[in-house]
Amino acid sequence: MGRKLLLEKAHVENIRSYDVYRKEGGYRSVEKALKSLSPDQVTEEVKKSGLRGRGGAGFPTGMKWGFLAKPTGVPRYLVVNADESEPGTFKDRYLMEFIPHLLIEGMIVSSYALGSNNSYIYIRGEYAWITHILEQAIEEARQNGWVGKNILGTGFDCDIFVQRGAGAYICGEETALLESLEGKRGNPRIKPPFPAVKGLWDCPTVVNNVETIAALVPIINEGGEEYAKIGIGKSTGTKLISACGNINKPGVYEIDMTISVEEFIYSDEYCGGIPNGRKLKACIPGGSSVPILPANLLLKTAKGEDRMMTYESLADGGFASGSMMGSGGFIVMDDSQCVVRHTYTLARFYRHESCGQCSPCREGTGWMEKILWNIETGKGKMSDIDLLWDIQRKIDGNTICPLGEAAAWPVAAAIRHFRDEFEWHVTHPQEAQQRNYGLAHYANALAVPVA
Amino acid sequence: MNSHFSEAQLQEVKRLVSRYPEGRQKSALIPILHLAQDTFGGWLSKEVMDYVAGLLSIKPIEVYEVASFYTMFNLQPVGKHLLEVCQTGPCMLNGSESIIDYIYEKLGIRPGETTVDGLFTLKTVECLGACGYAPMLQLGEHYREYLTKEKIDALIESCKSNRANA
Repeated sequence: MGRKLLLEKAHVENIRSYDVYRKEGGYRSVEKALKSLSPDQVTEEVKKSGLRGRGGAGFPTGMKWGFLAKPTGVPRYLVVNADESEPGTFKDRYLMEFIPHLLIEGMIVSSYALGSNNSYIYIRGEYAWITHILEQAIEEARQNGWVGKNILGTGFDCDIFVQRGAGAYICGEETALLESLEGKRGNPRIKPPFPAVKGLWDCPTVVNNVETIAALVPIINEGGEEYAKIGIGKSTGTKLISACGNINKPGVYEIDMTISVEEFIYSDEYCGGIPNGRKLKACIPGGSSVPILPANLLLKTAKGEDRMMTYESLADGGFASGSMMGSGGFIVMDDSQCVVRHTYTLARFYRHESCGQCSPCREGTGWMEKILWNIETGKGKMSDIDLLWDIQRKIDGNTICPLGEAAAWPVAAAIRHFRDEFEWHVTHPQEAQQRNYGLAHYANALAVPVA
Repeated sequence: MNSHFSEAQLQEVKRLVSRYPEGRQKSALIPILHLAQDTFGGWLSKEVMDYVAGLLSIKPIEVYEVASFYTMFNLQPVGKHLLEVCQTGPCMLNGSESIIDYIYEKLGIRPGETTVDGLFTLKTVECLGACGYAPMLQLGEHYREYLTKEKIDALIESCKSNRANA
């Protein structure tokens, strides 16, 4: 069994309520931080922990906090990004729904470190019932003196508010989120200035993912150095993985970053293997935006080493033969699935979610959706595959925010690794309507190039 | 329809506005639009949006441009029960397309359509964050997960009997 730091108590009965959470050791990190550490010392612990942003980009959290401008007389804000919308990702929902006080506790400690007296949780609009759960948890924390004025008699004030969005993937991008929180359309801002200098209402702001902020609790309780001992290399601590698709046990798993991808998929402790006697065909290991990998490249790197569930190993080989940890949205496809059809649904998703500010994304996502639909439904031409490749290259890197890349990468990776399946749709338009392409060679051992 | 909030709802509007610094009341726009949509028949008419603009002392266009950006806000009337079926990749892998087909078989409506009796509207949506519990749909504030034909049958029946009770 791997170490669990966030979900260790998630199955304790009534852990959602304050009394049980407190009895299980909750809010200790607030006592420790506010009474024995300075705000800068809390940030120092985060730096020592090696914690990397859990929303998808994996940027070191302590460094991000270090960028926060602190002009005198100007309020600073912590905003928690709970706009979880990346296809395949449902880990923050699980954490907030079942152990909401963990997020509140982490927010108080983080707000203390950053000097935020009013902190916000921006939650996707569809998670309406979780909004109620969080508001109740905040109210309980307030009744017990953890939220509000003069917390623990230290003179530190902190209030927490929950803001619902209203259905827009783009609001997971931090500057679009801030626009939305200001009551505007979720159009990402041009950077610089970064939120750390000019964020919410033009004030210095840190935007962090739910899981990142929750990780503050074990980091403060155990110390940054202890936290950093878990995992491999720069992948420290534990990570929540939401697993879905064709697996026996879909759900949210907390892993310490020491296990292999193969163990994660096949072990009974995690996904429990592929159902119905089917075989593993492909997997998108970090949410829909990261490159899809065929089974062979998923389980072994191009060098023939076991691929591990760490930031570095999942990215090993770059985009030529690797992928990314991303948000931890782990989507598994068996040999009955069609890569073209799945890629089409993702292209449709990004077309639907493009905010429309930048032409390459607004127009390109629509083109990719149409072309993929044509190929999938037997109306594609061989040149369409090259056209798709051309379009995704022209989106990548040419937009204000990373939604452009998020839309381009899945299409690029699908063509890179499954080009024969695209070509088969073009050469067998009738047959492609009757059956799927199957496993083909995707699980075969790799011919390792000799250097 | 009368598009004005009750006294209690106006108190709620005040509470929402108080969460932001002085002069930043526009930040309450999205929460108030949710309240308005829930109150005034499940959609936002021009009249309702103008009313909200007045409450927040902002221009009507500032409300229109926000309401039209976010997919949860309906700018046309919808049926009493809005079935929002997720169709993105992970749900597709688990059969969301057959759920959409089955709803058509049961109710005769395609995505974007409303039944003649005004009871049901079918809408397809993109990823709602329930990928491990697919296929799924949202009805009101709640998710219905691990959908099967039997579950769709039961759901439609319970919606219909609600009307009988009303």
